[in-house]
Parts: sequence; C-alpha cells; structure tokens
Amino acid sequence: MWFFLVKRCGLGVLIVCLAVTALYLMIHSIPGDPASIILGPRATEEMKAALAVKMGLDQPILIQLFNFFKDVFQGDLGFDVFSQRPVIDIIMEQLPHTLILILVSIMWAAAIGIPLGCYSAIYQNSLFDKISAILSVGTIAIPSFVVAIYGLLIFSVTLRWLPAIGAGDSGDIADQLTHLILPSLAVGLGWVGYISRLVRSSMLETLGANHIRTARAFGLPERVIIYRYSLRIAILPTITLLGVGVGYLLSGALFAEIVFARPGIGKLIFDAVSTRNYPIVMGSVLITTILFVIVTTLADFVNALLDPRIRAHA
Amino acid sequence: MTELILDVHDLSIDYRTPRGKLKALRNINMQIPKGKIVGIVGESGCGKSTLIGAIINLLASNAEVTKGGVKLAEDELFNLSKKQMQALRGDRFSMVFQDPMTSLNPVVSIGNQMIDIQYRDKISKKEKAAKAAAMLDKVGIPDPESRLSQYPHEFSGGMLQRIAIAMALLVEPELLIADEPTTALDATLEVQIIYRLKELQASQGCSILFISHHLGVIAELCDEVVVMYSGEVVEKGSVRDIFHNPSHPYTQKLLQCDPAAIKQKTRDLPTILGSLPDLIEVPKGCIFAERCDSASANCHENKPKVSQLNDNHMASCHLLNEAGALYA
Repeated sequence: MWFFLVKRCGLGVLIVCLAVTALYLMIHSIPGDPASIILGPRATEEMKAALAVKMGLDQPILIQLFNFFKDVFQGDLGFDVFSQRPVIDIIMEQLPHTLILILVSIMWAAAIGIPLGCYSAIYQNSLFDKISAILSVGTIAIPSFVVAIYGLLIFSVTLRWLPAIGAGDSGDIADQLTHLILPSLAVGLGWVGYISRLVRSSMLETLGANHIRTARAFGLPERVIIYRYSLRIAILPTITLLGVGVGYLLSGALFAEIVFARPGIGKLIFDAVSTRNYPIVMGSVLITTILFVIVTTLADFVNALLDPRIRAHA
Repeated sequence: MTELILDVHDLSIDYRTPRGKLKALRNINMQIPKGKIVGIVGESGCGKSTLIGAIINLLASNAEVTKGGVKLAEDELFNLSKKQMQALRGDRFSMVFQDPMTSLNPVVSIGNQMIDIQYRDKISKKEKAAKAAAMLDKVGIPDPESRLSQYPHEFSGGMLQRIAIAMALLVEPELLIADEPTTALDATLEVQIIYRLKELQASQGCSILFISHHLGVIAELCDEVVVMYSGEVVEKGSVRDIFHNPSHPYTQKLLQCDPAAIKQKTRDLPTILGSLPDLIEVPKGCIFAERCDSASANCHENKPKVSQLNDNHMASCHLLNEAGALYA
C-alpha cells in the first residue's frame, strides 16, 4: 500500500509539473508581448523594456521556466493586472465557494445515484428499474442551465422560497446553505443519472460473477452479498468517475456560478478571460489543474483501499 | 434399502428461449446413498450444470422446473421457501465450483470469506479463523494462519482450488457438490486434490456429488457413476459396472474416447461422430439414436425403457430390451 501511495503521489507531482510547463509554453507562444498588454497601448519602448526586464522576459526560456516554477512553488502566481493584488489571494477567496458547491452537488448526487443504481441492478427489469432508467436518462439529458433557470423561476420567482443570487452572508451558515440549494441542484442533477447508470451496470456485472454465485451457494445473507461482496467491487468505476467529475466541475460549475451570480473559480476565470486578465487566468488554470490531479489521485487511493488487486498491480 | 442423502426423482427442467422451450433435463432419476461418492459424466451441454443448479436451487431466471423434484434426506427442496432454502445452502450442502480463479471474491481476504461462511456458528471470530486455518492446513496450504489475510489474486490456481475445497468442507456438509473441481488444474495437482478429497470425505463422512469430464478421475474417486447424455440419464451403476461392463452404446463410446484407454499409436483420436440433438425439438425415439452405430428403426421411433442389469446397474437402450445378453 505504501509503495502504491508513494508511486501515485510521484506520478501526480510529475503530471502537475508537465501541466505547468505546458501552460507556461502555451502562454509564451501566444502572439503579442505581455509587457505591452500590461502597460497598454500608450507605453513607450523604454517602459516596455524595463517591465520586460522586471518580469524576467529578457532571460532565455529555460531560465524563465525555472523562475516560473520557483515562483509557483513559493505560492507566487503574479499580480492581478487591475487591482495589483496577489493572484493567489484572489483565487483563495473564490476557491472555497466553488469547492463547497462541487462537494455538496456531487455528494447529494452520489447519495441518490448509488442506491438508485444499486437497487435497479438488484431488481433488474422491475418497474423500479424502468422508472429509474427513465429518470436517469432524463436527468442526464436536461442541460444544467435549464435546471438552473427553471429552478430560479419556480423556487425564487414564483414561490419565493429560495434566494436567487449570491453565496449568502459570510458567517451565516444557514444563509449560505439556502444559497447552495438551487446551484447544487443544477450542478448535481445530471450526475444522479450518470452515477446511477454506471452503478447499475457495474453492479449487474458483479452480481453475475462466479464469486457471487459461490457466496449464494454458501447461503450468505443477501445483505452481506450485496454490501460486502458486490457493492465494494461495483463501486470502483463510480469512484473514478466521481474523481474526474469533481475535477471537471472545478471549472465546469461555471454555468451555475454565472446563472446564480455566485462567486467561484469558474466565474473568476470567465471574468478574467473577458477582461484579458492573464495572470488570473493562468493562476486559476494552474490551481484547478493541481486540484484535478489531487482529486483523481485521491480517487485512486480510495479504489486501492477497496480493491487489493489495484494495490498489487501499482 | 440404503439411506439416501440425495434423491433426484423424475426431474425435468425447461429453459425459456426466444426459439421456444429448451428441454434441458428430462425425467432425471439419480440417487446418492449416504456416505458415498457419486460421479456424473457426460459431454458439455448434457445438463450437468443445470442439474447442479436445480439441486442447490440457483437456476438461471429463465429456467422452469416442469416435473419431479429433489429430495435432500427427508426434505423436498422445491417445497421449501426461499429462506428455508438459503438456510440449507452452505449448511447441509456446499459447493466447489469449476473455475477457482473466479469463484472466490477478489476483494475480501480468504480468511474473511472463510469466516463469513461460518456465520451460523455461535463462536467468536477468533475461533472461526482458527477453524479456517486448520481446514486450510488439512487441504495442504502451508503456513495457513498468515495466508488467511491474503486475497485470491495472491494464490496460484491449484491453491485456490484447495481453498475452495477447504471452504466447502469447513461447513461440514452432509453433501458436497463438486462441479469439475479439477478441470483447471494440471495432472499432478489433480491427483493430489483427488486423494485429499477422498481422505477428507472419509474423515467427515459426507457424501459427494462429483462432476467431471475426466473418466480417470471418476474411476479413481467415485463409488457410483451416472452417465448423462443430452439431458437424460442413459446409464448408471457402480464404478465397476460402468467401467467393466458399459451397457449403453454412449457409455461404451465415451470410454473408447478416453485418451488413456488408447493402447495403439494412432493418428486419429476416437470421437463420437455427430453432435448433440436439438433440445427444443427433442427427438421422439432414443436420444442417442442419431449418433449410435447400432441404431435401428425402432430406436428412432420409440423411447427405450430402463433395463435393470443388476441391483443398481441400469441403462436405457432398446438393444438391451430386445436381447439383454447382448451387453449384459
């Protein structure tokens, strides 16, 4: 297990380094000189040259890359073009809003999707299975912005039960939670379908396996067969999906953040791209990349904890 | 009359298929006397696995018992509720399945699986683990205590098969059903496991239903043999009767096909020409008539009766009815 852990973490660090390099080279190859973008059209050549030296742009590319890595590992992601505040501070203000939205969305989707898929598989072809299939495909098919807009219309405008925009007062947990309900509904609903379909198919496969027949032949109680012998195997692909899902939603929760005017990473990137605020774009992409790697690695760990074969073949 | 542990009487099973009802088993009669080892032989598709499925009541969902039943000692199994049946499984009878590599749970340690199957016993987990280790030791797994914490992928096929046998014996069943338990093993291991099984059977006093393609293994291990062909029992008797006085043409051919029986160097291995009949439209005459060298018009038209050749040797063949002396 320890060997697996170290190996996966090492791989994660390697992926982050490659991503940072790729990101830097991509930004570097964008036409146009960063100094003139920062200083605006009326800057003189001397001012541009001075800033280029200050930013280290006169150095060879490898040195620049090395300096970039050095800064990144010291937590220095540059400064916001407009407010001149450190990018890392701005991101850290926004990140918790996105993280809480993603976690709540994925958790409620999993809490409904996993049992739904599980019982659909156990009672295959029953009425329950058919209804669940329709619901699942339905939730996958409805775009999340439709859910968001109708959610707003019904619960905020007509019924006036839930707040329409923002993330709630900081410090007031209850207020923040009520502000979470609609966005997490919009983000999570599609995942209910994905998760239940995936759990159903892997559960069906597992329940049909020889070792489950063995367990039945020994008369083990159904509860033990399902939770201890089947679900533990059937859940593995779902955990991987959840890992990728959380990673994807780091920037994919954008829709919900815009419709509900919630602060968050998605909205930060969206605003920064619209105003060509490159330090923010780069910093946010970097942070979401690192988080993506962390989350998928975590998913691998959970899988390895559940399945000894994964530990062995690391 | 000897006491029977298992009595399959007049059992018929259909499978619903898109083409119609597939009559997988037809009027099966076979018994296992207490403390005996009975073998079932027959080629693939002859209904061996369906018969086992019926005995442990774990048939595919499209299977349907149309006639007859299975009695375990005094209990008529098809009359039992789902709960009562579950209570019998892994208590009064247990199973060893064909493929050891896939028939154990990959994510639960061997020890926990062996502890789980003892869930009916009111002893501590520690005692259950000790019993499991003792049983692993009996089937020849070295260093059993430390092996308990390992998972199936950490064992070889032969070891897994021994573990599967240990699990089946651990619950001290009245009847052990082994479905080709040695097919996945090489010859040396096969012999080892057969002897181990025989030893343990003798010490525990259970009965065994042993299914195999391998005639040599059947001859070595079993007391009685049931020969199945295409969903019917064509011949049954003691090992001696079947191997020294095979009376049904199918049994005779099957014995000729055993590579071990070939004495002369040959380019062509003996085979039984033709293939299994379609069980959706079951032929009305003898089921083996299509492939039988001695078949007459009568064989194609009428079902043969069962001929009793001695106390427990019987075969279903017209040739025996007409002139019993021909084979008996």
